[in-house]
Amino acid sequence: MRAPGIIAAGIIAALAIGAAGCAESDRGEDDEAATSGTFIFAGAGDPKNFDPIFNDDGESFRPIRQIYDTLVTHKPGTADLEGGLAESWTNDPTGKIWTFTLRQGVKFHDGTALDAAAVCANFDRWYNMKGEAAQSQMIYYTDIFGGFAGSPDALYDNCKAQDASTAVLTLKKYKGAFPGAFALTAFSIASPAAMKQYDADTVTQNGDSFSYSTFANEHPTGTGAFTYGGWDKATGEITLNKNPDYWGDKAKVDKMIIKIIKDENTRKQELRAGTVQAIDFPAPADRKALADEGYEVLERPAFNILYLGINQKNNPKLKDLRVRQAIAYALNREQLVQTKGPGGSVVADQFLPSSVLGYAPDVQKYEYSVDKAKQLLSEAGATGLTLNFYYPTEVSRPYMPNPQEIFTVLANDLQAAGIKVNGVPRPWNGGFKDDVQQFGKQDLHILGWTGDYNDPGNFVGTFFGRPKVEFGDDALTEMFTAITKADATVDQAAKKTAFEQVNRDLAAKWLPAVPIWHAPPAIVTTKNVEGLVPSPLTAEEFNTVSITK
Amino acid sequence: MLRVVSRRLVQLVITLIALMTLVFFWLRSLPGGPVDALLGERATPQTRETLTRALGYDQPIWVQYSRFLKNVVTGNFGNSIRTGEPVADVISRSFPATIELAVAAMIIAVGLGIPLGYLAARHRGRLLDNVTIIVTLIGISIPIFFLGYLLKDWLTQDIHFFPPSGRISTGTDNTDVTGFFVLDGLLTRELDASADALWHLVLPAITLATIPLAIIVRITRASVLDVLDEDYIRTADAKGLRNTTIRKRHVLRNALLPVVTTVGLQTGALLAGAVLTEKVYNWGGLGTLITDSISGGRDYPVLQALILLAAAVFIVVNLLVDLSYAFIDPRVRVQ
Repeated sequence: MRAPGIIAAGIIAALAIGAAGCAESDRGEDDEAATSGTFIFAGAGDPKNFDPIFNDDGESFRPIRQIYDTLVTHKPGTADLEGGLAESWTNDPTGKIWTFTLRQGVKFHDGTALDAAAVCANFDRWYNMKGEAAQSQMIYYTDIFGGFAGSPDALYDNCKAQDASTAVLTLKKYKGAFPGAFALTAFSIASPAAMKQYDADTVTQNGDSFSYSTFANEHPTGTGAFTYGGWDKATGEITLNKNPDYWGDKAKVDKMIIKIIKDENTRKQELRAGTVQAIDFPAPADRKALADEGYEVLERPAFNILYLGINQKNNPKLKDLRVRQAIAYALNREQLVQTKGPGGSVVADQFLPSSVLGYAPDVQKYEYSVDKAKQLLSEAGATGLTLNFYYPTEVSRPYMPNPQEIFTVLANDLQAAGIKVNGVPRPWNGGFKDDVQQFGKQDLHILGWTGDYNDPGNFVGTFFGRPKVEFGDDALTEMFTAITKADATVDQAAKKTAFEQVNRDLAAKWLPAVPIWHAPPAIVTTKNVEGLVPSPLTAEEFNTVSITK
Repeated sequence: MLRVVSRRLVQLVITLIALMTLVFFWLRSLPGGPVDALLGERATPQTRETLTRALGYDQPIWVQYSRFLKNVVTGNFGNSIRTGEPVADVISRSFPATIELAVAAMIIAVGLGIPLGYLAARHRGRLLDNVTIIVTLIGISIPIFFLGYLLKDWLTQDIHFFPPSGRISTGTDNTDVTGFFVLDGLLTRELDASADALWHLVLPAITLATIPLAIIVRITRASVLDVLDEDYIRTADAKGLRNTTIRKRHVLRNALLPVVTTVGLQTGALLAGAVLTEKVYNWGGLGTLITDSISGGRDYPVLQALILLAAAVFIVVNLLVDLSYAFIDPRVRVQ
């Protein structure tokens, strides 16, 4: 008797599924009307948590940026600075003292006032953070502010509330990253009252992992245009609600949902099915098709760089500038951009985009020429050169959406100039970064960077400001000195000149790597989304977005 | 019976301990690691060092291992390195998603597979049988992700009939009770949410069901054919038993034994299929969790717990299969 029972169960199940289907198709339509005040944006990954200072990746910063504000921010759609929570700011001639004049009447989501004392409480909190568990997660802080209380490298001296709306930050020495770095999302200003109430500083260690406070997970409290409405991890939805008391332009939608969809193909399909209204990071190959179908493809202004790194350590021939120049001449970057570059990509002739201070229009360009490459190689006695070319797999970065394809094209170019290429694929998290940045196993590799703030030090300083295993460039001491000096220049005009010269020398004299392209990532929206301004720093704020119809 | 069960449980514990050790060292022998994954491009040597120390990866491997063992014995699997949540929370959130999917897939596979296999056997050599053989051959050999993308492209893109991904429509205000969305909707009388969740379940369940369905059809067919050739069927027929009685009591019942084994094994194997299916449909279950934990950052604590869980499920399912023999086949009971 058992078997027919199973058959019957199967039939009932099939019927139930069919019936549910019918019920659903009726339901779909009323749903749309009910959610008209909601903007659904498909993001590409899970945030870590919502305490700005403990985060360093774009997917965490996306919601954080809506919940919090920074002292200094960017003019929409650009990397130019403008007032955020601080209406204005000044720097004294030594470059060490920053005075912020705060906006009046701004309130945190918990109703407490954003005043100079609150701002200083944030600076104090970061500097005095206890425990390696917490400190190890403050990647931007460590990078920019050098260290914590008690560390000789710490940049922070003190922060004083001169009056309710004037905060004075004193650093131990000048740092070129400022004021640009004040706009970093990691340095968003949070409510001191809420941080105290929800134990923000408690990062506890459990075995070989950490757990964060309820502030970071459940009660993030800032001054932003949206308040935190919860993260349903089972469905991958982060809800943000309109902050009716926002000091700036109030959000035009009542609610925003960030739906996490890791697969780019699925993001596209959800957009087409009409279940999300905007997607981030479409596959480069899909951009044109989506535009043809009537979707809005919003290209961000380029703020990243892909480069071909050269490691001078393993193959002595690579110490010869002529060989490195030959590599640069051998690459047909123009064609690479056209065939493999995402829409809006441009050939890079230096390591920073043109919107950044210190960009030099007149650097040596290395126009594609196989003849020149061959000639330089023979002059240097490097014909028949064989190079190990490391490239990452299992990864897609905004500046490098398709590493394997990029490798193939570059390797073919090099082979055509008589350089033998031995390709070494390594998984991104499974050895590539170790092999390239820690062990320096490669001769050549591709890697890149998306800028964090508008400062040349954030690009060339990061790559070439100190000797790195990645480039095996210890011998280029002149380069380190020049970059360090340019970075320490307080006067902005002098800094611009200094970095222009650095960029000229990087191209002509040092060439530690070959810049390949600037490839702006895009956002795609449906036609009825208005007011979304793409940011070069992928730092979009969604308060200006409205849904028509 | 009790002795069998307790012996199997002891085996289970030993297997799990051995596996745990193996997994611990295997994971740590892989190139790359959580430190790299957590830090991304922005790692300065200083932050890298602090993080390595804070996570305890600077200590000798045996110190790490004994700490791990101590924690596991006290039931503490640690926190996810990526999210900082307790591993138990992470897994108990993803577990219902995968079970929901797997149960739906097995209902389809068993519900259609056994009747189809039986019918094919009864009509041996005729059209129905031939078609079944060909279709199931395709079902076995078609890669899951290919079928998944095919169904998705056709039924969610060319025709906007089913939703392309996820377990429930974005923005649905459903109450989470058990984590099984279809069930939750029924429990809380949010029938809309329940129907919506079922609607999302259709394509993933069909995708995941194809391989077990095809296998079950083939095993049932072969098994029924075997039984039909048995002497006792001929005897039953000869002594004038009614046809339906022969089919129910003698054919099906005896033919089911290998089918039940297959169903059990396939249930274990569903987890492997679920990884792919969940990827295609952004399902957010254990399969997604495994992929994320490996490629998204070598999340050792989560991976360790997941592999143990998968092994435990597999072993328990096999135990249940063995026990179920006793109910289907009286001879086993006697032994």
